[in-house]
Amino acid sequence: MTDTPVLELRGVSKNFGAVQALFEVDFHVSPGEVMALVGDNGAGKSTLIKCIAGIHPIDGGEVVFEGSPVSIHGPKDSAKLGIEVVYQDLALADNLDVVENMYLGRELTDGIRRLDETAMEARAKDTLASLSVTTIRSVRQTVAGLSGGQRQSVAVAKAVMWNSKVVILDEPTAALGVAQTRQVLDLVKRLGQQGLAVVLISHNLHDIFEVADTITVLRLGQNVAEFKTGEVTQTQVVEAITAGALSKVPGHVSAEVTA
Amino acid sequence: MSGTTAPVETSDSAPVGTPGAPAGESLQDYARRWWAGVRAGDLGSLPIVIGLILIAIIFQSQNDRFLTAGNFVNLIVQMAAITVIGMGIVFVLLLGEIDLSVGYVSGVAGVATALLMIPDGSHQLGAGPAIAIALLAGIGIGTLHGLLITKIGIPSFIVTLAGLLAWNGVVLLLIGSKGTVIIQNAFVVGFANDFLPATTAWIVVIAGIGLYAGLLLSGYRTRRKAGLATEPTSLIALRVISLAAVGIIVVAVANQDRGIPYVFLVIAGLYLLWTFVLNRTRFGRHIYAVGGNTEAARRAGINVDNVKIACFAICSLMAALGGIILASRLRSIDTNSGGGSILLYSIAAAVIGGTSLFGGRGHIKSAVLGALVIASIDNGLGLLGLSSGTKFVVTGLVLLAAVAVDSFSRRGRAQAGRA
Repeated sequence: MTDTPVLELRGVSKNFGAVQALFEVDFHVSPGEVMALVGDNGAGKSTLIKCIAGIHPIDGGEVVFEGSPVSIHGPKDSAKLGIEVVYQDLALADNLDVVENMYLGRELTDGIRRLDETAMEARAKDTLASLSVTTIRSVRQTVAGLSGGQRQSVAVAKAVMWNSKVVILDEPTAALGVAQTRQVLDLVKRLGQQGLAVVLISHNLHDIFEVADTITVLRLGQNVAEFKTGEVTQTQVVEAITAGALSKVPGHVSAEVTA
Repeated sequence: MSGTTAPVETSDSAPVGTPGAPAGESLQDYARRWWAGVRAGDLGSLPIVIGLILIAIIFQSQNDRFLTAGNFVNLIVQMAAITVIGMGIVFVLLLGEIDLSVGYVSGVAGVATALLMIPDGSHQLGAGPAIAIALLAGIGIGTLHGLLITKIGIPSFIVTLAGLLAWNGVVLLLIGSKGTVIIQNAFVVGFANDFLPATTAWIVVIAGIGLYAGLLLSGYRTRRKAGLATEPTSLIALRVISLAAVGIIVVAVANQDRGIPYVFLVIAGLYLLWTFVLNRTRFGRHIYAVGGNTEAARRAGINVDNVKIACFAICSLMAALGGIILASRLRSIDTNSGGGSILLYSIAAAVIGGTSLFGGRGHIKSAVLGALVIASIDNGLGLLGLSSGTKFVVTGLVLLAAVAVDSFSRRGRAQAGRA
């Protein structure tokens, strides 16, 4: 884990009409670091990752990637930089098999523009093996037949297969059972160990304290705290989530900013 | 979610390198796994094959002309237009959409082809240009439907329902006061009314079998070289032998009568083309993805609108081709062109053949098998001298039965986690 952030957001703001979803938010994540992003419902977590992913354009502030400012206008831009998002609803097509899902939209073709199934299958298996995903029996079964944990593993493997540098996981353990949550948390740890910058969004502080190195707390669209996992207790984090001191009064200031 | 899915496997269970079909698996293992799949609701083409056998037995017992070489050749010609239009329907059904306009789009193309070739001296076209214009019109119509559906956001049901009315109107306007137009062009009429010489038919079928065997073997070798699981060689042999058997029987039987109609080659060529497009190209993969999970496809960077427009264009193109084949078979067009049972038979063919109305599941072969079922019933009931009313009732019941079988098997698949 290095201290130079691979991805840094400086004073990023985003509003939807009169609603100030993000106000001058700072955020950073370094290679090998698992950064947890926490906050109550409506704190701006999802908006923040959608800004990083290029789904929402930002209204103010700057995004710095590997030391240089970048502008992200769409999901393709962020993918080109090496930022991959694993969404809560996983975005897998049930009717396609594991390999087809992992390569969806980026299929390999051979000289005469035929799908190169052999190469795709071989590389998909390698990727799954490198992440120690061992529970998937056949990469040629449709994902409809996979358990929640296996589907999450496929979605993560799909994200890390493209030399990605930042992987953002949105609630990866929501709706999973105990043993499957364990699989996914182990996977998150391995991603950090392999040198990726991981952003983990979760409501489950227990999970966060187990895998995250750093915690960024958002409240009402603003930064309220940043902690090292080893130096705080869960109670302190809960306090920050529910009652963290806001640096600015959003209503007034945002009215001036947007005016 | 976790409550209903497969039991959690621990990390020391089968490694990922051991998929469901390890190399060196025997034919018996394969058969056992196939049977387990069938019992879990993964029926494939099994119901339709059983259905076809039942149809053959029933009609043959009622009228012994059903299983004759002459009737077999008739059947190929009768199913041709439904098959071709049904192939186009498969594309829109894979998206989870519907196209109700294919009947009259086929009518527009058939009428346009015939009218452009009327020998009235001034601007008569040859068969080639006339067909090309009709097919381009089909592509244009489909693109228009696709644009209305994707860019304006009108449901495909409504757009193509409007199309059903409007293109019917266009058929009437094009024909005007001409009533019935006889097609005299030998090439166009020959599509459905001329037959391959016996030797040519044999050469074609043998070449086809050789090509199939070559493709299977080269696929086997590539996978082997990459260290991936392969099918047992005995299964590959079985596949080639089955295709060879079917091909040889078809040609041998047809050659006893008039021979293989040219339209059979058209169907075979389109089957190969579209199967390749659906299974082996990025475009085909994207169609399945859009039908399975549109949002996932969009997030994967697929241009969903373009995929949909292309599918509607293909659907109308195939409808246009079907219309030309129909005009060729009847040697004429009239104000009823594209009407009647064409639309519903074509959609029914795709559905009976196993293409899901909910998108994401289906194959080109569905259209061929489904059209074979529908044409057999139509043909058989015709031989028995039964009325159109009976035909429609029976075909409707078969459609219901096919969808019911699919629903039951889907339930089985859901329980076995194979959806």
